[in-house]
Amino acid sequence: MTTVTARRPRTRRNVELALLLLALVVAMGGYGLVGVTQDGAWPPGLLGYGAGLAAIALALHLVVRFTAPYADPVLLPIATALNGLGLAMIHRLDTARSTDAAAFAPRQLVWSAIAVLLAAVVLVVLRDHRVLQRYTFTAMVTGLVLLLLPLVPFLGRRINGAQIWIGLGPLSFQPGEIAKIVLTVFFAGYLVTHRDSLALAGRSLVGFRLPRARDLGPILIAWLASLGVLVLERDLGTSLLFFGLFVAMLYVATERISWIALGLALFVGGAALAWSQFSHVQDRVRAWLDPYATDVYDAEVGGSFQLVQGLFGMADGGLTGTGLGAGRPDLVPFAESDFILAAFGEELGLVGLFALLMMYLVLVERGLRTAISVRDGFGTLLAGGLAFVVALQCFVVAGGVLRVIPLTGLTMPLLAYGGSSLLANWVIVGLLLRISDSARRPAPTRPRDETEPDTAMTQVVRTA
Amino acid sequence: MNTPLRRLAVVVAALFATLLASSTWVQFVVADDLRADQRNSRTLLRELGRERGPILVADEAAAVSEPVDDVFQYLRTYPDGPLYAHVTGAYSVVFGATGLELAMNDVLTGTADQLFYRRLSDLLTGQEPGGATVETTIDPAAQQAATDALGDQEGAVVAVDPGTGDVLALVSSPTYDPGELATHDRSEAVAARQALLDDEDRPLENRAISGRLYPPGSVFKLVTAAAALESGRYTEDSVVPGPAVLDLPQTTSTLPNVTGSACGPGDEVSLTDALRISCNTAFGAIGLDLGGDAIGAQAQDFGFGAELRIPQRVTPSTVPGGLNPPQTAQTAIGQFDVRVTPMHVAMVSAGIANGGVVMRPNLVRAVRGDDLEVIDEPEPRELGRAVSGDTAAALTRMMTTVVEDGTGTAAQISGIDVAGKSGTAQWAEGRDPHAWFTAFAPADAPQVAVAVVVEEGGDAGSEGSGGRTAAPIARQVIEAVVDR
Repeated sequence: MTTVTARRPRTRRNVELALLLLALVVAMGGYGLVGVTQDGAWPPGLLGYGAGLAAIALALHLVVRFTAPYADPVLLPIATALNGLGLAMIHRLDTARSTDAAAFAPRQLVWSAIAVLLAAVVLVVLRDHRVLQRYTFTAMVTGLVLLLLPLVPFLGRRINGAQIWIGLGPLSFQPGEIAKIVLTVFFAGYLVTHRDSLALAGRSLVGFRLPRARDLGPILIAWLASLGVLVLERDLGTSLLFFGLFVAMLYVATERISWIALGLALFVGGAALAWSQFSHVQDRVRAWLDPYATDVYDAEVGGSFQLVQGLFGMADGGLTGTGLGAGRPDLVPFAESDFILAAFGEELGLVGLFALLMMYLVLVERGLRTAISVRDGFGTLLAGGLAFVVALQCFVVAGGVLRVIPLTGLTMPLLAYGGSSLLANWVIVGLLLRISDSARRPAPTRPRDETEPDTAMTQVVRTA
Repeated sequence: MNTPLRRLAVVVAALFATLLASSTWVQFVVADDLRADQRNSRTLLRELGRERGPILVADEAAAVSEPVDDVFQYLRTYPDGPLYAHVTGAYSVVFGATGLELAMNDVLTGTADQLFYRRLSDLLTGQEPGGATVETTIDPAAQQAATDALGDQEGAVVAVDPGTGDVLALVSSPTYDPGELATHDRSEAVAARQALLDDEDRPLENRAISGRLYPPGSVFKLVTAAAALESGRYTEDSVVPGPAVLDLPQTTSTLPNVTGSACGPGDEVSLTDALRISCNTAFGAIGLDLGGDAIGAQAQDFGFGAELRIPQRVTPSTVPGGLNPPQTAQTAIGQFDVRVTPMHVAMVSAGIANGGVVMRPNLVRAVRGDDLEVIDEPEPRELGRAVSGDTAAALTRMMTTVVEDGTGTAAQISGIDVAGKSGTAQWAEGRDPHAWFTAFAPADAPQVAVAVVVEEGGDAGSEGSGGRTAAPIARQVIEAVVDR
């Protein structure tokens, strides 16, 4: 018998290492330039910061080498670069405050370490992403609870108008960030088992297949939940994020445009209804449509001061920006979290903003590529959903800051200050690394029987 | 499931393309508009990052930037805030600048063209570029005297040097503390400004040079008298009609004297006496004789209607044109639609004091660099000749009688001849008239010309008049300036 031994695909781990070193140089360069601009010397904290970030990133690189050797080599460097640049900008915003007490950068570095550790735990503990499918309904319950947690009296906190936070003593947390992972797991698990009935059943109307009434249940529940978030938690972003994620995954699972049309119609109708009924929704829309009007700009509640200041800062940055440390991004409230993109736009200019958006786009498209190449349906839906949720969050946040859509309370993944957001997004990176490893790993060779296949009595059919 | 995933990838690309397009829109297409928005404080902050030059009053800082430990680096402080508020204006990180702070902004920040060579040398020597110093013409003694004399009455005082146009005092009451607006605490600044805006006495309004203009009342008789003398048909000794009541042509209405009696025996009075006792009927008659155009032309020669910057803009004073005879008679005594700033009334006196030549008023003595070298020193500039030297001399003699033995005796100063003119301007039905006084001294070698307006008679109310309420204030300002 002649055997053709397929060449083992290269693991590309050294490519990842090289890109990772580049990412570290970029991030440390950003951190260092803040000091050079402001004090004319490399900042004293540069070595500690650089060593911390490098240790975190290289540790995860080693974990990937041993537990997911075939993982996509671009994911980790991009996540590290975004995290590192975010740290540099948060440090830069710290320097604009006169007191050291409120320094955010050291805390963000600690959160980064915890988040990367969690991503490593995901890679070590979860050796096969298909295990997650067993927890489909646990994920559903957990996700809904997390989503609605900010509404619990005494626990929920309203920050900057949106009630998407919970507080425990001095700690506050955005449960929606974790919910987006858990709910993606649920959607993937649910849709992979129900996709056929959702896709094929139902009557056809002018080439448009209408779903059966009983199949409408899940989309209606998702719709009501997202409307509840919009109205009760006062955040269009979270609402749009979850409903958009659900509709996108529904479409990927069923391959039917009708679900998207139905979903969009439901969302637009629901949002219009919420707009006509609730004054805080109207405030947000007014601040979006007419932010420069004096009464809107000066309004204490639901005004457009933050949005307009962000736009002013970005306009001031122009094409090439003021340079790191030379602008005034600190004039924008919540510049280190909600408006970190405006801070980058001001100091690194349009060029820097493009570079950041391109990094996100590459990250997302690598995730979608993973979804296409992975062999199991659950993995496809999970990777596709996770990649899309990152993309959608970027759009919702950046679109809010750039006045494409009304402003929301979400933050840029990996870049912005915030522990919950960092944890969630590094876990997403960990999951994508895991799934991409299984996508690129050569198919396991069947254990060879002594007998020739033709002569065997039975053949084991392996399901992927 | 790969086809929808590929389509999803296209959707994602489209979403990001939207973001690239919208960021290009914000940072490139409309960036200039956003940068120019008043509420974009970044331009202001770039200025703040440089040390803003001080505004000096006689070598003392009226406005100065102190280094502070916050994001703005320098806090604008006003050591004698309320006293000089209407001179300096306020420099706020929230609302921008007003007054001299606004008018001299590019010099104070160091971005003015005339500072180009200094900026170049700063660049070469690596010195931190700073703003230039603005030295004002204000005389602190005159400013203080005017402020004290006006007290809490509403009104304004302006004193100028007739020979140069230097503004020696610029007071508007009520005043405010610019430091309250300059504070870096945004909510405090907003609250302070709102309180000032809500105050019905309008403390932010600079009554001396802008704000709502006043009817001048009888101080405008100086212009009418000047027009009469310039016409060649009158001398200071001319006898003019001065009945108790002047019949106005074309109407049934009349122009009465305030006293209700004739200005002289046989209903006649000399031009000098008419000015001395402020005879309404006499000036009404002169106005009818000269015609509205002649009065308007004379007012224009005194600079009415001219755009003035000291460097703050002075609202132009106006005399309406196209008057019918009754309106002409009213205009001749400073009523009807004549509207003036106190600054302009001071300029009329100053023009007479300066032999007929009106100087452009000016608040900036010099612009100085760090080592006090003079960068710019505005020369005194003529606005124009209002009247001949002879007319000016005659008017001076006439105005001296007003203070010696007329309606302005309250402005007398022993040892100094003061030339003046009172005014009591009706301005609204049922409201007390505004009290005016304008004067210059010494009459033979003038050092200062003053205009005072006290709204609604001040503390005296309906008992107030130009001679009683405003003249003592003018006297105190003159005393502060003239050396004895």
